[in-house]
Amino acid sequence: MASDIILLGHGSGGTLSHRLLDELIVPILSGIGPRDQNDAAVLAPVSGRLAFTTDSYVVDPLFFPGGDIGCLAVYGTINDLAMAGARPLSLSVGLIIEEGLPVADLKRVLESLRAAADRCGVGIVTGDTKVVPRGKADQLFINTAGIGVLEHALEIKGSGARPGDRVLINGPFGDHGMAVLVAREGLELTAPIVSDCAPLHELVGELLAELGDAVHVLRDPTRGGVATTLKELARQSDVAIVLDEAALPVTPAVAGACAILGLDPLFVANEGKLLACVAPEAVEAALAIMRRHAPAGESGPAIIGEVVGESGGKVRLRTAIGGVRAIEMLAGEQLPRIC
Amino acid sequence: MSLFAPFRDPALARGQLAAIRRTVADHAGTMTLMEVCGTHTMAICQHGIRALLPDRIRLISGPGCPVCVTPVGYVDHAVALARRPATVIATFGDMVRVPGSSSSLLREQAAGAMIRIVYSPLDAVTLAEKHPDRTVVFLGVGFETTAPTVAGAIVTAKRQGLTNFFVLCAHKTIPIPMAVLADDPELQVDGYLCPAHVSVIIGADAYQPLAGQHHVPCVITGFEPLDVLQGVLMLARQIKAGAARVETQYRRVVRPEGNLKARALLAEVFEPCDAGWRGIGTIPGSGLQLRPAYAAFDAAVQLPVTVEPPREHAGCRCGEILKGKLRPSDCPLFRTVCTPEEPVGACMVSSEGTCAAEYKYG
Repeated sequence: MASDIILLGHGSGGTLSHRLLDELIVPILSGIGPRDQNDAAVLAPVSGRLAFTTDSYVVDPLFFPGGDIGCLAVYGTINDLAMAGARPLSLSVGLIIEEGLPVADLKRVLESLRAAADRCGVGIVTGDTKVVPRGKADQLFINTAGIGVLEHALEIKGSGARPGDRVLINGPFGDHGMAVLVAREGLELTAPIVSDCAPLHELVGELLAELGDAVHVLRDPTRGGVATTLKELARQSDVAIVLDEAALPVTPAVAGACAILGLDPLFVANEGKLLACVAPEAVEAALAIMRRHAPAGESGPAIIGEVVGESGGKVRLRTAIGGVRAIEMLAGEQLPRIC
Repeated sequence: MSLFAPFRDPALARGQLAAIRRTVADHAGTMTLMEVCGTHTMAICQHGIRALLPDRIRLISGPGCPVCVTPVGYVDHAVALARRPATVIATFGDMVRVPGSSSSLLREQAAGAMIRIVYSPLDAVTLAEKHPDRTVVFLGVGFETTAPTVAGAIVTAKRQGLTNFFVLCAHKTIPIPMAVLADDPELQVDGYLCPAHVSVIIGADAYQPLAGQHHVPCVITGFEPLDVLQGVLMLARQIKAGAARVETQYRRVVRPEGNLKARALLAEVFEPCDAGWRGIGTIPGSGLQLRPAYAAFDAAVQLPVTVEPPREHAGCRCGEILKGKLRPSDCPLFRTVCTPEEPVGACMVSSEGTCAAEYKYG
C-alpha cells in the first residue's frame, strides 16, 4: 500500500482497488488467495434450520474504550444469530470507506474484525469494498450479514414470553452506549466506562443445551436499550412485564454519567447483554450459567422482573420507594437536557 | 453501593409517607403544592411519587422547564439564524426538537444547517475558536442554574478576543413568576417545592419575599425521592400550622446566600429585562439580557435576520399546563395529535416537560 490514506481510486475497480484488496483487506480478513476468489462463496451443506441476519455499523468514534467498529460488526451480527438460538457459521463483510480514512485505522479495524471472528469460530467468507467521496460517509461504515444453524427444535422468538416467566439479564447494562457517548463527546469522567461489547453465542448455546424449552425468549438489548427491548417483547407476546427498580444492575459509573447528562440507563444501548424470559423453575440454573460466562470483575446476572398475564404489551417499573410507573419507548434519540 | 441508594431507601420512604399521612389526616381540605423545576416534575413521575401520596395532597407542575417556557418566537429566531451562511447553532440537546412556527432546529439540520449539541457553553466557545471562519451562536436558554455558565462562556470569549461567538439570550429567573402565580386566584398554590439547583445559585434568601409578602410556604427540595417526600412533609407541616416560611430541605448544598461567585458573574454580564413566557405572557423583570458592555456578543443585536411571525397551534393548552391549571390529560391534543414523535407544544418536547413526563411515565 503506497498511500497512507484511502483514496477514491481505491474503490475504482482498477489496480488501486486490487492492491487494497490483495495487500490489506483479504489477507487480514480471510487469507483466501487470488486464485480462489470468486463472485460468491460456496458453503458446505449443514443439517438443521438456518438463521440469517444482517446489520450495519456506523459508530462514531471508530475506536472506543472496550472495542471498535470492527469487533462490534462481528459481535453484533453473531449476537443476532444467537438470539434466534443459532450457532453462527459464516459472515459477510461490506465496507463503505470515506475517502481520506487513514490506512492505519482501516488496518486496525480489520485486524479487530478478524480477531473477533476467530474468537467466535466463524469464517468471513465474502465481502465488498466501496470508497465514497469525502463527506459522503463518516469515516467507515461496515455491514455484516451472518448465517447460523439451529441444532435443536426449540422455538426462540419474541412472542414466546409467558405469564410467570422471570426476566433475566446477564449483567449490568448501559455500559456500551455510555462508553461510546463519553468517547465521542470527549467528556472527562473520573470513573472510566468500558463497552461491554462481547459475543453471546456460547452463553446461549449452554442455556439452550441445559434448559431447553424452559427458555422462552432471548433478545439482546442493543439500540433503545433494555426498556425498548422489553416493550417490544411485551407487545409481541401480548403480556405485561413488571420490572423491579431495586434489582436493575447498573454500575455506579454508568449511573453517575447518566445522571449528569439527564439520560436513563434503561434506554442506553448494550452490545454484550441479553435479556431472557425463563420459566420460574429454570431460573437458578440460568443464573448459574450466566455467572460462568460473566466477565471477571463484572457484578453478574440479575432477575430484573416478571412476565404477568395481562394483555396490551405494557411494561411497568416498581420504583425503589414503592411507586409504580409505566415505561414507554422513546420517540427519538435521548437528548441531554439543559440543567 | 450506588451513590443514589441512600436517597431511595424504601424503609425511610415508608416512614416519610406515614408522617405525611398523619400530618394531613386532620387537615380540612386539599393542599396544592407546586413544583417549579422540570427535574422535580420528572422525579415525581419517574419514582411514582404522586400515587403514593394521600389524595389530599395535590402536586401541580409550574413553569419550571426552561425549554417549555421559551416562546415560539425564540425558536423561529434560532431557525432564522441557522439559515445564515457559515453559521453554527450550538445548543443543549433539548432545544433541537422544539417546534417553531414552521420548522425546528432538527429539521434545519436535516436540511443542511450546522446544529451542534454541546454539553457546556464553553464547548461553544471552543467551537468558535477552532472555526474562525464560522459564526457560532449559542442558544442561551435556562434559569439561574444555567445562566452563570453562559455568563462564564461570554467572559471567556471576551478575554480571548473572539469576534465570532454570540449568544441568543432568553435566560429567565424563577422567583418573579412564582410570585405572579402565587397571586393567581384561579390557582390557589398552598406551597412551593422550590427548585434545588437554581437555589444553589440564588440562595434560600431569594424566596423570602414570596413567603413574607405573598404568604406562600417555600421548601427548597432536592431531586431524589426521599428529598421530594421530605419536602412535601415540611410543606404539609407549615400549611397545617398556618405558617409561611422559607425552609431548606436540600441543606447538603443550598446556602442562604447562594453561590456568591456565580451571582457576581450573573450581575457582571446580565441585567434584568421583561421576558415572554410561553403560555403566561410577558412578566416584567423576569428575564436576563446582556449588559451593554457585552452587546458585542448579543446575537439579537449583531446578527440581524428576518424572523417569521410566531404562530401557535390553535388547540395547544401548554399555557394552562405550564401554570398548573390543567393536567396534560385535560388537553385535547395530548396523546392524540401531540405525542413525543410529533410534539405540538413545548411541554411535550422537552424531556422535563410536564406532558412528556406524563406521557412517558403516566
